[in-house]
Amino acid sequence: MKKDYSKLWILFRSMFVLSACTFGGGFVIVSLMKKKFVEELKWLEEDEMLDVTAITQSAPGPLPVNASVIIGYRMAGVAGSLTAILGTILPPMIIISIISVFYEQFRTNPYIATALQVMRAGVAAVIFDVVINLAANVWKTKRILYIIMMIVAFIATYLLDVSAMIVILTCLGIGLIDLVLTLGNRKKEVD
Amino acid sequence: MLLLKLFFAFIQVGLFSVGGGYAAIPLIQEQIVNIYGMMTLEEFSDLITVAEMTPGPISINSATFVGMRIAGIPGVLICSIGCIIPSFCICLTLAHFYYKYRSVSGVQIVLGSLRPAVVALIASAGASILMLGLFQAELKEAALGNIRFVELGIFVIALWVLRKYKASAISIILGSGIVGTIIYALLGGYIK
Repeated sequence: MKKDYSKLWILFRSMFVLSACTFGGGFVIVSLMKKKFVEELKWLEEDEMLDVTAITQSAPGPLPVNASVIIGYRMAGVAGSLTAILGTILPPMIIISIISVFYEQFRTNPYIATALQVMRAGVAAVIFDVVINLAANVWKTKRILYIIMMIVAFIATYLLDVSAMIVILTCLGIGLIDLVLTLGNRKKEVD
Repeated sequence: MLLLKLFFAFIQVGLFSVGGGYAAIPLIQEQIVNIYGMMTLEEFSDLITVAEMTPGPISINSATFVGMRIAGIPGVLICSIGCIIPSFCICLTLAHFYYKYRSVSGVQIVLGSLRPAVVALIASAGASILMLGLFQAELKEAALGNIRFVELGIFVIALWVLRKYKASAISIILGSGIVGTIIYALLGGYIK
């Protein structure tokens, strides 16, 4: 099977830029990846991106690296994975190597502190933009179960500090029950 | 020998940090401060500050910082590679099976139930960052009187630009950083 190696450069560049501009945790980069790879480049489907996020959250290791491995694999096999990882880890490696030398100046600089604080408002806007699209699509499934799961999961993680892992595992359990019930119904229809 | 120790320490960090970057911090502390005594606790708290203030995954940031402090550039490479090897092997396997079986209808039903959860998790991360942006505090400590209007304005305008013009995420994040810093400079009130 011929893999599309022309995509490797775009893959590397996209991951590099996303990683260099991602402040504050794994789900931020997932939102950015969704915007880049689903909405802008149209390489992935939205459902696929959500599946990838669930898988990366369940596997050990840094979320952005996990997501890079899977998206890279999807685009160009193992070579794609390696390319995507490289793009993701190079910016922090370069930035931190420099900062660890100038740590004191960096930490006490008021411009940097201000920029980092106001950037949070921009990051929050990006995440909300992505969430509005995602939530609208869950709404469009017209499945009351999914809509309730989404609301309960949000309350559990944000207000009650339930860990992401537990939320995913619980929903996995609900999905398995759903599967058994669906298969049962199909069997009845056949009978 | 030192590099080898670092390498295995960070393989363990990568392997056991389930559930995002903050899970990695106590593991790194365990390996680097408690077991090997390669860094003091004070240096380690610097590490957390830097890892949070800079872009990129927290565990890669931490691995780089520790590697640089202990063994320079070779340390950076060894720690980061150690940290991602478990991810690489495990996720490659998972990706292989996901793309092989994802069109099976039973798998679709199970994955379908995970999607609402993922949307909620992303929304929750967004809400936390918004609270930090608007109040410089978590939800529990936030008081309405402490709301920061510059950040509120930036948030509203940024969201509007994103919805209306489909602007790229990077331009919004960098743009809000630049515009916000300029506004604070004109107002004469920096943070700290």
